[in-house]
Amino acid sequence: MSNAVVDKGAHRASSLKQARLPRWTPYALVVGSAAVGAGIGTALGMGSPFQMGLIAALVFIIASYILGAVVEGGRQARDRLATSLVWVCFLLAVIPLLSLLWETIDRGRTVLDGYFLGHSMEGVQTILPGGGAYHAIIGTLEQVGLATLIAVPIGLLTAIYLVEYGRGQLAKAVTFFVDVMTGIPSIVAGLFILSFWIIILDFGYSGFAGAMALAILMMPIVVRSTEEMLKLVPDELREASLALGVPKWRTILKVVLPTAIGGITTGVMLAVARIAGESAPIVLLVFGATGINNNPFEGAQSSLPYYIYEQWQLGNDASFNRAWAAALVLIAFVMILNLVARGIARWKAPKSGR
Amino acid sequence: MKTDIEPTSSAAGSPPKVRTRSTGRAGDKIFLALSRGSGIALLVIMAAIAAFLTYRAAIAISKDEANFLTYFEWNTGSSPMRFGIAVLAYGTIVSSIIAMVIAVPVAVGIALFISHYAPRRLATPVAYVIDLLAAVPSIVYGLWGALFLVPHLTGLYTWFDDYLGWTGILSYQGGAARSLFTVGILLAIMILPIVTSVSREVFRQVPKMHEEAALALGATRWEVIRMSVLPFGRSGIISASMLGLGRALGETMAVATVLSPNFLIETSLLDPGGGTFAQNIASRFKEAGNDGRDALIASGLVLFVITLLVNGAARMIIARRKEYSGTAA
Amino acid sequence: MAKRIDVSGLTAYYGTHKAIEDISMTVEPRSVTAFIGPSGCGKSTFLRTLNRMHEVTPGGRVEGKVMLDDENLYGSGVDPVSVRRTVGMVFQRPNPFPTMSIFENVAAGLKLNGSYRKSELEAIVEKSLKGANLWNEVKDRLNKPGAGLSGGQQQRLCIARAIAVEPDVLLMDEPCSALDPISTLAIEDLIGELKERFTIVIVTHNMQQAARVSDRTAFFNLAGVGQPGKLIEIDETERIFSNPSVQATEDYISGRFG
Repeated sequence: MSNAVVDKGAHRASSLKQARLPRWTPYALVVGSAAVGAGIGTALGMGSPFQMGLIAALVFIIASYILGAVVEGGRQARDRLATSLVWVCFLLAVIPLLSLLWETIDRGRTVLDGYFLGHSMEGVQTILPGGGAYHAIIGTLEQVGLATLIAVPIGLLTAIYLVEYGRGQLAKAVTFFVDVMTGIPSIVAGLFILSFWIIILDFGYSGFAGAMALAILMMPIVVRSTEEMLKLVPDELREASLALGVPKWRTILKVVLPTAIGGITTGVMLAVARIAGESAPIVLLVFGATGINNNPFEGAQSSLPYYIYEQWQLGNDASFNRAWAAALVLIAFVMILNLVARGIARWKAPKSGR
Repeated sequence: MKTDIEPTSSAAGSPPKVRTRSTGRAGDKIFLALSRGSGIALLVIMAAIAAFLTYRAAIAISKDEANFLTYFEWNTGSSPMRFGIAVLAYGTIVSSIIAMVIAVPVAVGIALFISHYAPRRLATPVAYVIDLLAAVPSIVYGLWGALFLVPHLTGLYTWFDDYLGWTGILSYQGGAARSLFTVGILLAIMILPIVTSVSREVFRQVPKMHEEAALALGATRWEVIRMSVLPFGRSGIISASMLGLGRALGETMAVATVLSPNFLIETSLLDPGGGTFAQNIASRFKEAGNDGRDALIASGLVLFVITLLVNGAARMIIARRKEYSGTAA
Repeated sequence: MAKRIDVSGLTAYYGTHKAIEDISMTVEPRSVTAFIGPSGCGKSTFLRTLNRMHEVTPGGRVEGKVMLDDENLYGSGVDPVSVRRTVGMVFQRPNPFPTMSIFENVAAGLKLNGSYRKSELEAIVEKSLKGANLWNEVKDRLNKPGAGLSGGQQQRLCIARAIAVEPDVLLMDEPCSALDPISTLAIEDLIGELKERFTIVIVTHNMQQAARVSDRTAFFNLAGVGQPGKLIEIDETERIFSNPSVQATEDYISGRFG
């Protein structure tokens, strides 16, 4: 039995050196396989860079594996295979995502100007250039604002309940259903408000109806992120305050919340960014409008996501341009919210005990 | 704030001289009531969602002259109504499966790229950009999918048809590539950021000492990943995938913009046609009458139940994994 | 196949920070060499340069030569993976793979290096666990998770895992610092047995431990915070603890600083 061990050991111990491919091999392979991909692509008359890219990626993966296997042996070859796969994954994913951003910026900026931001589609012939998204921007701001007003207090208080008070069956149930709520598709939230608010209570389509659906989507996100942040507050702080005889509710308001406020704000802003892009409930509940309606409680409104959908549906170049421009506005809005939120998180991070 | 500085905790044990100020006690009660009330409100909303959807769905299904689960058409304008979800269920599941098959391996690859392969100077910005992309609204993906992705896929599909058309499921008759497969690709791109972020976070938490243990045994980088990173991250990958699957199943507007729907189950995944629950609701809503809206609500209820099952399954898997590693740790 | 280690002019960096400077020493085969010194003196860093684990840390970089018998670990064409296979390592905190059973943990290194028949594997696992004085305690539960053992058992499991691949050298980075006295004693006894077969280098904070287990002792020190660590002297353990040739060593050992 131990013979085998010794043999393998002795054989292995003979040298630390391994035949290695030179360091520039991967780069050479990238160039080579790109050339092969382009070559095959052109030879077969494939117009799309997609196919060429796929061929190049395949050639790269296979070539690095075979080269590795021949020169360096099986284990190193598998290592190289994994490395090249991971790099290809990265490229595969980054290309469409960058293309999305590029297309939106490139095509959106053609009609995005002050006029676009300041005018509605009222009386605009949809196949002609002109018009704007002012009414949609107003709609988005009002609907998201109302949703935030509904969702944040409930979400915040629920999180406080779960972290500061929650023990027992009720807390368990709430935790479980917050999880369930996180998974609700936005269209289902929309259908619920539709059945309850519009069909049964017989209210009309309005920005507020949409806001309620958005609030349902927002609540679990706020609860989750606030919970995380409250849990980060060290118990010592609570105990120190309680030991001074400060009542629990004041401890929470004056000690716990201020400590976690940065993280909570970040969470709320990310949640706002998330629901600002929701279009499905808007289709069902706000119904869309071409003119300006400043009252979210009465009558149909538009919103940026809805506006993009509507302009896309119109199906002509002028409307496509408007759709891209609105998409750019929406992305900018969401991205700014994200960046600011992350900025706050970073800025506040050391104080919240991380 | 002198009034508050009084030990509330000892008030319970109540030595006679220590009196709790009413502000403290009443405040505590009100605050507890408010926060507990919010928790309860949340439960009530969930119950209401289930109740109202079920109620309207029951009305619709009782008026349905066809089998709701197996019928292939969606006629809610005529009387009697005949509608069924067979095509929608097929389309939803198939497009989501395609999305998962593409997105999960790629997302795990990117997560590994960020956590273990990329040079640091690249890893941080890549991680940041991926996180930001998770925030891009779905309608923007839809617009990009319809106006950019679809035209660029026809070539690829023709190519698939040339070499793999004999399989039937990858044949392609030409025309705009607004098919379930395209929807799958678009959904994959959409859920990629979220699956990547969650997996990356898990990979980052792999204790250094487990990786060093593998390294010290003479493991290559891939072997380190296989021995210590992937086993540690498995439940995280599963929960990330389920999160992505939940999004894919319920995605509405992106699908509605890209898909050219019909009520047939096409053999080929590349040919236009089919539909998903969410897309069908969004596309038909404006033309639907009162009964039609109830029928759509019924299909939405099915979608709701499916997503609940998926999330439940994910949670069970994670819980079981936790138990295992809990006894092990 | 214990081998001699010959280090000459070794300097290691973390990014731009020089962690240890110009270290030269010889580690004799089939003996235990202990590294002692105050915190931050670079003894662990130096240990990690002996199996090229140092460069795993981002920014980690090494200059100089480490000869293992007649091969330079940092020579061109040398594969760090083969180096780590030849120079095993045991860490400060026991780190069995949490998802693997006891058996799989011991066999983990073997499975990387080619295929073994099941009976072969079983034989090696048994031999390694016996070598780590753990066999009797775990032979009935080889398929249980390795992380379910006590801290001292886990550390011996890690030693079994390291010796299963028959390395030439075994590096131990404060292997007992996370253990209770009884487990520590068990490991110290084990080290005494293992030196019959391996070259052992151990980093320790505990001077009594150095005195108990080692044949030779190296004392490291640093001139001040931010300064690189240096080797002050290396000699027979007895001499270091009774009559060291450098004043700083004596100060450290007698507890006057550090």
